[in-house]
Amino acid sequence: MSLRKKVNPLYYVVAITLSCLFLIPLVWMVLTAFTKATFVMKVFPHENWTLDNIKYVWGQVPFARYYLNTIMVVVSTYAIQFITITMAAYALAVLKFKGEKLVFLIIFIQIIIPNDVLIIPNFMTISDLGLTDRKVAIMLPFLGSAMGTFLLRQHFKTIPRALSDAATIDGCNTAQIIRHVYVPNSKTAYISFGLVSVSYHWNNFLWPLIVTNSVENRTLTVGLALFAKSKEAVLQWTNVCAATFIISAPLVLVFFIFQKKFIESFVASGIK
Amino acid sequence: MHNDQKGRKQPWKMPESMKAWILLAPTLIFLIVFTVYPILRSGYLSLNAYELGMRKPEFIGLQNYIGFAKSPLFWKVMRNTLYFSLLTVIPAFFIGLGLALLVNTKRAKGIGLYRTSFFYPVMMPMIAIASIWMFMYMQESGMLDQLILKLGGRPLGVLSNKRTVLPAMAVMYVWREAGYLMIFFLSGLQSLDKELYEAALIDGSTPIHTFRKITLPLLAPTTLFVTITALTDSLKLVDHIVIMTEGAPNNASTLLLYYIYQQGFVFFDQARASTLTVVMLVIMLIVSMGQFFNNDKKIYYN
Repeated sequence: MSLRKKVNPLYYVVAITLSCLFLIPLVWMVLTAFTKATFVMKVFPHENWTLDNIKYVWGQVPFARYYLNTIMVVVSTYAIQFITITMAAYALAVLKFKGEKLVFLIIFIQIIIPNDVLIIPNFMTISDLGLTDRKVAIMLPFLGSAMGTFLLRQHFKTIPRALSDAATIDGCNTAQIIRHVYVPNSKTAYISFGLVSVSYHWNNFLWPLIVTNSVENRTLTVGLALFAKSKEAVLQWTNVCAATFIISAPLVLVFFIFQKKFIESFVASGIK
Repeated sequence: MHNDQKGRKQPWKMPESMKAWILLAPTLIFLIVFTVYPILRSGYLSLNAYELGMRKPEFIGLQNYIGFAKSPLFWKVMRNTLYFSLLTVIPAFFIGLGLALLVNTKRAKGIGLYRTSFFYPVMMPMIAIASIWMFMYMQESGMLDQLILKLGGRPLGVLSNKRTVLPAMAVMYVWREAGYLMIFFLSGLQSLDKELYEAALIDGSTPIHTFRKITLPLLAPTTLFVTITALTDSLKLVDHIVIMTEGAPNNASTLLLYYIYQQGFVFFDQARASTLTVVMLVIMLIVSMGQFFNNDKKIYYN
């Protein structure tokens, strides 16, 4: 840092121009969602502000229900993943056992072949189990996570053995050691994986589309797609933008507030 | 070692390997049922006929594969997929690297703001992105065509032209993916040794020289990882087709995963859909083979 130079003004020109270019679709979507419908699409809508589009879409599509479904799916998925990856990561990071290579092979397979590609056979399994059109069907293929297990295992390995040895001497059993030593010391890994998991499941579309069939179980993305493809939405860009705003606002907003944490988390989870 | 000091009878201790398997069981069950088994199942089904109305699969050997090999539509889809991958991976890679170099500094003001505007598309559902861009691309009344009209050109209607539909989708996807790849490059750049740079600077190396001789070689493992990630992501991409074109015009925008979805859930032919799934798996496998040449493999085992 001793060799610090002044930042070239050209740097700001480039950085700001690029940022604006990237922001165009978002800005256009938000402005369109909150202005009155016009006959011809506006490149830069900035007059006749209204909440009518949002109100209309909210009344037309059961978004409240879709919100509830999505939150239930996202939260339950992460809650269960939290348990499964913690257990598996502890076994892989701390315990010695035969067959470790086999376990890594299975984990490796899921890292190469993501579930998105296996929609056909997984749908058949779900219907064999009689679980179509249930929220649990949306979650099931993701409840064991190779990526989460691996990320957490790397983190567990950095926790000094002395800590768990001390706990053992104090009379802790394995479950207590995991709960009181490993989990509290791995907050960053849990947050990283949590953000990746939540954003994946909030945004996931094809799988929920395939396995759900009713308002009671559909997620937000499926609701938006059905609305955007419906007759009422043809050429209704203000309404589609309003619907788009409704489904993407929470995550984008939270991201804008905690951008530093988000980006750090993605950086951490990216180094597999 | 575990002698009780007061000489009481030691309670039974579970062997470590048994403990490990119990802890691993939930994860392994989910991974086997929803990742390993479906791979085997698609392999098996691809050797059968299993259309709508058939009670159970009927063995037909390699007929499904031969059928696709002879189908012009299959090859068209494969060409589309390859073309779309090239159109997305290469630009996203370079733009991602460029953005990472741009924001990899603490000296400039507003870095958080730039990073945020490059990365936020990753936080939006592809479905939402496709809905927005569909209107931007709409014939005549869309944002793009209006700009062209204002500049005195003729409206393009990029999504309804078989020559422009994939490039138009690629632009949208590059806009989304570049910020994501930026993150990996950023983490790669941040792990590089700062002292090397100071040394280079003292030696009077120009920024371009430093980039070519220090940054690029040290970034090689990241580069490979990013390429594979970008390729895999591009192959998995399907949501936007459902919203924007459903494969139109004349299957010019049908990509492999969308074709699988169509076979399975529009034409209800599970066997043919499984055959395509196997093709997809083989492609994914080949793509990830690159990882083996990376020293990442080492990380998995230590």
